[in-house]
Amino acid sequence: MARQDVELKVEEVHHVARLARLELTAEEAQSYAGQLSSVLTYVHQLAALNTTHVLPTAHARPVCNVLREDETRPGCGAEAALSRAPARQGDFFRVPKVLDSPEG
Amino acid sequence: MRTMSETVEAVRHGELRVEAVARASLDRIRQFDPALHAFLSVDAERALHRASQLDQARSRAQPIGALAGAVLAVKDNICTSAGCTTCGSRMLERFHSAYDAHVVERLESAGAILIGKTNLDEFAMGSSTENSAFGPTRNPWDARRVPGGSSGGSAAAVAARLVHAALGSDTGGSIRQPAALCGVTGLKPSYGRVSRYGLVAFGSSLDQIGPLTADARDAALLLNVMAGHDPRDSTCAAEVVPDYVAALQRPVSGLRIGLPEEYFGEGLSVAVRDAVSAAVEVLKSRGATPVRVTLPHTPYATACYYIVAPAEASSNLARFDGMRYGRRAEGGADLLDTYTRSRGEGLGAEVKRRIMIGTYALSSGYHDAYYDKALRVRTLIRRDFDTAFKQVDLIASPVAPTTAFELGEKALDPLAMYLSDIYTISANLAGLCAISVPCGFDALGLPIGLQLMGPVTGEEKLLSVAHHYQQATDFHCRIPQAFETKEAA
Repeated sequence: MARQDVELKVEEVHHVARLARLELTAEEAQSYAGQLSSVLTYVHQLAALNTTHVLPTAHARPVCNVLREDETRPGCGAEAALSRAPARQGDFFRVPKVLDSPEG
Repeated sequence: MRTMSETVEAVRHGELRVEAVARASLDRIRQFDPALHAFLSVDAERALHRASQLDQARSRAQPIGALAGAVLAVKDNICTSAGCTTCGSRMLERFHSAYDAHVVERLESAGAILIGKTNLDEFAMGSSTENSAFGPTRNPWDARRVPGGSSGGSAAAVAARLVHAALGSDTGGSIRQPAALCGVTGLKPSYGRVSRYGLVAFGSSLDQIGPLTADARDAALLLNVMAGHDPRDSTCAAEVVPDYVAALQRPVSGLRIGLPEEYFGEGLSVAVRDAVSAAVEVLKSRGATPVRVTLPHTPYATACYYIVAPAEASSNLARFDGMRYGRRAEGGADLLDTYTRSRGEGLGAEVKRRIMIGTYALSSGYHDAYYDKALRVRTLIRRDFDTAFKQVDLIASPVAPTTAFELGEKALDPLAMYLSDIYTISANLAGLCAISVPCGFDALGLPIGLQLMGPVTGEEKLLSVAHHYQQATDFHCRIPQAFETKEAA
């Protein structure tokens, strides 16, 4: 079995964490670098298989285009949804400001 | 101690009041759960209220449902409108669902009492229940050992007979592996057999809800109620639900049981191998024919799974952003900062690890080498089973390579923990049904599980073979000594 070592650097861990919207401490990033490298090295063994003529399976059961009539149905209601929010203002979810963020 | 099926029968005949059954269960939880920590929450008041409603209905000769008398626990990643649904996570520590899961609706309307919510690895990610933010569950057979996971609380609660049965969820073995490590019966239905509506999603193409029970008969009785079409889960199969209890009587003789050589190789403990081989001999004595089969892509299944499942998880768990419900971190400078802080605080180490593996496997430049590759390997694994099921009716194998390991033993080595799922994950990748049945004990007295896997919608055969095996053996009847008490109800 072909085994190719994957080595994830701490900067790459920070990059992935940013994509995943996860704040990591320096210690976390350090330990994840080692752990993720060993997991990625392990899963990389799939490269040994020739899959050029194999179609992907996204789902275990071939179901497609599950449709229903386009008609209104009762939902859980705005109050039930809003009452679980960490912060609300009237009939809205209250969130921190979006503008002036480094990522816009 | 009565099984669920026997209790339901006794209630139906007026020999037993539901309230007495519920009280007995609550007493056992009060007595034993402080040491086990199988439960995250118990709602005694609601359980007793429902019990007395059922007793009143029965006394007025009103219909009480096929499960009146059954006392069940629910894994805490399955939504209940009563009480909390925490997923074993700080992120959802005080989360109250606005609705019941489909299975919860079904079971309650059939008269079952849902007495509490059980502990799990956070968001069902783990094989030991050590990843719960609220502390681990202990194995009833040895408190220094893990109950398996991620449905470890459900398995321990059934093993200690705190409840008749419990619901679990199985994405890569999370029902079957804890069932094996705790010596109970655990069924993962075929993908699409049971609605996932109200199950907090981990790997949507892999997740299924199923029962952990004392025996195959109880599993069949619960599946009768749980299975069936639900338009709220678009992947839920529309096929007719057969009577799984009636199907238990189907003969074993003439069935061909496949033995995949790849499941009996390196890494399998001798005690587990011997117990599984002995179980196959029992099936043979009942008229089944063992047949050697090969599933050549098995060595790649774990690698395939640990790309597909984290990829789906990274997408599913993006919803936990602290905006509409769940934990929100204080003091974030702006929206993005609040997202990352809320998730950084609210999610545990293993969940973050899987989100990052999945995010990496889906990220620009790596998608083809990891995610797309894994989906193609998934096809090869599925085809292996298609070929095997042309020759055999069911496949027999171990559930886990070893019996229960000690708390902390694998906690610092994620890859070692992932490899404890090696025999169970293929059934999820291929969408098969599979069951874990107690088949012996090792030299330390720890339980061992036999896995039977069947083709998609093969539950009738699966349950009947498990039932016939349990007619011939008594491993499933044994309970850990510390939990033996005189019949309370």
